Amino acid sequence: MKTGSRATLRLVAWGVPSVLIAAALVAWELIVRITDTPRWFLPPPTAIVTALVDSRRLMLHHTWVTLEELLLGFAISVLLGIAFALAIASSRIVERAFYPFVVASQAIPIIALAPILLIWFGYGLTPKVIVVVLICFFPVVVNTVDGLRSVDPELVDLLRSMGANEWTIYRVVRIPSSLPYVFSGTRIAAAVSVVGALIGEWVGASAGLGYLMTRSAAQFLTARVFAAVLISAVIGLAMFVIVSLLERLFLPWQHIGSPDE
Amino acid sequence: MITPSVLEIEGVTKQFAGRRGTVDALGQIDLSVGRGEFVSIVGPSGCGKSTLLNIVAGLEQPSSGRILFDGRPVERRLGRTAYMHQKDLLLPWRTVRDNVTLGLEVAGVRKATANERAADLFELFGLSGFEESYPTTLSGGMRQRAAFLRTVLTEHPLMLLDEPFGALDALTRASMQEWLLSLWEGLGRTIVFITHDVEEAVLLSDRVCVMSARPGRIVREQTVSLTRPRRYEMVTEPEFVALKSELLAALRAPESSGVR
Repeated sequence: MKTGSRATLRLVAWGVPSVLIAAALVAWELIVRITDTPRWFLPPPTAIVTALVDSRRLMLHHTWVTLEELLLGFAISVLLGIAFALAIASSRIVERAFYPFVVASQAIPIIALAPILLIWFGYGLTPKVIVVVLICFFPVVVNTVDGLRSVDPELVDLLRSMGANEWTIYRVVRIPSSLPYVFSGTRIAAAVSVVGALIGEWVGASAGLGYLMTRSAAQFLTARVFAAVLISAVIGLAMFVIVSLLERLFLPWQHIGSPDE
Repeated sequence: MITPSVLEIEGVTKQFAGRRGTVDALGQIDLSVGRGEFVSIVGPSGCGKSTLLNIVAGLEQPSSGRILFDGRPVERRLGRTAYMHQKDLLLPWRTVRDNVTLGLEVAGVRKATANERAADLFELFGLSGFEESYPTTLSGGMRQRAAFLRTVLTEHPLMLLDEPFGALDALTRASMQEWLLSLWEGLGRTIVFITHDVEEAVLLSDRVCVMSARPGRIVREQTVSLTRPRRYEMVTEPEFVALKSELLAALRAPESSGVR
């Protein structure tokens, strides 16, 4: 009986959003057709799918460019973010010296910074990767620092009473207990990495989904703009899901229930 | 005594720097614990019991006085005692096996050797079959037994237990006390046991020290001459009841409770 109700719950959990999305798409299609809205103003879902299929080689090419930028930027952000967090958490002096810069990097409007990066680094890969890093780096640093600080001081005392040195305490207690925080920062970074790449491309690029969007918009190929938006959304979602799956793989203990008391 | 005491606390005091001047946490503590002895320290909360244990473990240094292990004063005491807190402090990302061998791992014992030493003890600690389980799947009593197994496995002759059963419900607690009694009688370790429960102290100990409210001092030392092995039923025997009420009176006397 219990498994039956659980299956029903799953069905509801997946079914309700699916039905809602399907209903919204159908409504969109109908409204556009009934009101005879011009295609350049709002294309119906079927036109977006058609655009996606018809120009798949073009889409694939630009998707690949964007993917390269965001994956590289994301990887650098995670590595750099964790390194910064370790430095900040390990010493008050480093914290005072660096934390203001980390926060300031978020206060600077990236849109304003991107043209400068363009002047310095040109139209290539580098300025886009830098924009991605500027956006993704912050959640990783802040969450990891919180994680390293969240350690139960009694756990540290336990290790010290066993005669453990600082490095052992980091290895055995601090780093493992900060991992859930590292992953939540990384999940956010994964989801926003697409935004970073797109901003980088809007300012100045010769390829990529952001470039494709601005160029198609200028040509009133609105269905193609929507198709590029759809791909970007899917990439962001996929990044998020992949990091979540990695978390389950690396932190299996996070997902075990407690016993019935 | 010919053999020196496992632990001697000589004139130890502790002051903390508080917001309004210094706070006297510990008055002056003198205590000596012999090999294989079970000594309890009871006192009101905030009397500095845990501070005293932290000093013995080397987590803190005394403001004055000294700590001797086996008759020799020891400055660096970290890694020389088996310390257990009220919280089980099991690492949720480690299996029970990897948790209980933590002390050995820190001491640099090889993993295979550590697992070998732990292997026979899971049964005795009621944990067999749960070696590969994660702590979150265990009950409160089992978690506490796992924490105790970790403490025993650090293999230091002096064990410091800070209210190890304080967080358990009354029923689990009573069974854990009986279990600890049977275990200790075969273990031959020296135990300093902190509690605020006089009954628990009398049931388990060879000697009970009553501490006063802050600044903590030992206001009474009482040898418990009840026969061993002890059983939980003893708590209703007249001798036990008499001892318990005497110690309770000492604990509640104005000079120890701090209420004047």
